[in-house]
Amino acid sequence: MPFTEEVLARLDADAAQIIGKYPGARSALLPLLHLVQAEEGYVSADGIAFCADKLSLTKTEVTGVVSFYTMYKRRPVGEYHVGVCTNALCAVLGGEQILSDLREHLGVTDDEPTPDGKVSLEHIECNAACDYAPVMMVNWEFFDNMTPDSARKLTDDLRAGNAVAPTRGPGRLCTWREAARVLAGFNDGLATEGPPAGPATVAGLRIANERGWSAPRGVWGEDSPQSRGVTGGSSPQEVGP
Amino acid sequence: MTGVDVLTPVLTAHWDQPDVFTLEGYRRSGGWQALPKALAMPRDEVINMVKASGLRGRGGAGFPTGVKWGFLPQGDTKPHYLVVNADESEPGACKDVPLMMASPHLLIEGAAIASYAIGAGHAFIYVRGEVLHVVRRLRHAVEEAYAAGLLGTNILGKGFDLDVIIHAGAGAYICGEETALLDSLEGKRGLPRNKPPFPAVAGVYALPTNVNNVESIASAVPILLNGGDWFAGMGTEKSKGCGIFSLSGHVTTPGQYEAPLGITLRELLDLAGGMRAGHRLKFWTAGGSSAGILTDEHLDMPMDFESVAAAGSGLGTRSVQLFDETTCVVRVLLNWVKFYQHESCGKCTPCREGTFWLARILERMEHGEGTDGDLDKTLDICDNIVGRAFCALGDSLGPPVTSAIKYFRDEFLQHQKEGGCPFDSAASTVWSES
Repeated sequence: MPFTEEVLARLDADAAQIIGKYPGARSALLPLLHLVQAEEGYVSADGIAFCADKLSLTKTEVTGVVSFYTMYKRRPVGEYHVGVCTNALCAVLGGEQILSDLREHLGVTDDEPTPDGKVSLEHIECNAACDYAPVMMVNWEFFDNMTPDSARKLTDDLRAGNAVAPTRGPGRLCTWREAARVLAGFNDGLATEGPPAGPATVAGLRIANERGWSAPRGVWGEDSPQSRGVTGGSSPQEVGP
Repeated sequence: MTGVDVLTPVLTAHWDQPDVFTLEGYRRSGGWQALPKALAMPRDEVINMVKASGLRGRGGAGFPTGVKWGFLPQGDTKPHYLVVNADESEPGACKDVPLMMASPHLLIEGAAIASYAIGAGHAFIYVRGEVLHVVRRLRHAVEEAYAAGLLGTNILGKGFDLDVIIHAGAGAYICGEETALLDSLEGKRGLPRNKPPFPAVAGVYALPTNVNNVESIASAVPILLNGGDWFAGMGTEKSKGCGIFSLSGHVTTPGQYEAPLGITLRELLDLAGGMRAGHRLKFWTAGGSSAGILTDEHLDMPMDFESVAAAGSGLGTRSVQLFDETTCVVRVLLNWVKFYQHESCGKCTPCREGTFWLARILERMEHGEGTDGDLDKTLDICDNIVGRAFCALGDSLGPPVTSAIKYFRDEFLQHQKEGGCPFDSAASTVWSES
């Protein structure tokens, strides 16, 4: 269904803001596609037409871009889109079993939402969190060190509307469409929530601190914790989720 | 390297500070002191300092960063661009994402220094879209930096103007290849470009562009603070400085370990509590899947660019994935080959077709349905991809395939002999009790 005038006015303003950031207008295409995905939950023919119009491209050119990138969906996915990493390391450590269990538990195939529209499932490639394997993502937030049980409980909670928070991320999980809007370039005010790092991220730092190891000289100036021999930061247990 | 500690936290030094991702927190840890220093120096001197540090690209290729900065034309009137490759997607690579999550200002400050050095008025940070909180943190850091006069016009009153744009990708491994990234940044399908022209001559918008990895750019900050000699005082003769080693897999304490280049896997494993209890190392990667696998023969190999290359692998992104004896090497290889097939952009025939057929052959081998000629066929297909593909993605397929067959040929044959995979995949999971 074509966008209503009200929606179009809002999208026009957002698009102008996005395009204005770039020295070359077409660079705005990926964020614009995130924007229309935020509006409708997926990239529809209307979304493609909107982007084409804004950047003076043909719909074919825009469609060619949409089909290249896995994050753009051409059909609605769930309010919570769940990714299970099945790249080799996560797969071996249990990701493959988690994915097949969840497929059975939810009764859906890749990118297909559950009948209540709450959850969809996708196998994903390496998401740069191998030290927390097996890793899952929900709306592109990290869920670390998963098991078949914790994965099942996670999707059950999402479908039941229970509060769910990522392992390393803000205190609450935003929806698929809200996430797409952040990717388009609009803030949701959650940047300062959550820890700087999880326990694995600071595993080496913790050991270095315990043993008094550092790079030669005071790397970060006199005031830095490192120059005092030990860091003044909190312990990983306090930092971690 | 005598007198240098085993671990040398520099970039990672403050990742345990709860508010290090804010401007205030970063400043408290010594941040935003390198940019004023850089802006007080002629651009050439900044480049020379990075050259003197010996810093080599931390995104995998290992090209000297300062030399790369020096490739951009000087004294021309064209706009220049910095593009930070934050599309970390190599299987096993997990250092840039935690860096940006914990310490986004470190990257932004490094980007400002690099932009000044190469005369860029715009810096793009192309971050993969699948890490939402990292996108938030980066954007927040940029906003704080603008508000504090550290970005924007006439930065710190020194007449330097810089706009930094956080650009979220949309899911494509190939966009980690620098010219594919540039096409993607221009709003196109992420297809690799012909080189030459190199990005330093014709990059984004066909203008002089420098593309660097996140860790390379961040490393410019401590180098500016402490000098090139300081950085060069760590590491080995040709692989200078320290870098983040990312340990994952069947290891007791996976995680990020920042150490001088040249550290061995034995030393790293010792720090990480060894392989998980009751198990031994079977094979591992030194530099992600694209560098191929190594075995316990290589425990004492110095992890620097030269030594790892001499062992037939690559230091790459120092993505150390560790697999124990419960793991089927054919299964892992099949998985990686399917990954390359999935991520092949389709532009060139050797990569597009070769990955497709390799995956089919490996699939039947894993299920014990391989034929006598399959190993030779596999190596032959590999030979026809590597060096004939349009970009590095195709070439990346060679090392994992050839190294797996080199070290574990018998295991491939065992699948055929037994008519199936001899391994129990349940034993490899983290929740396995065996």
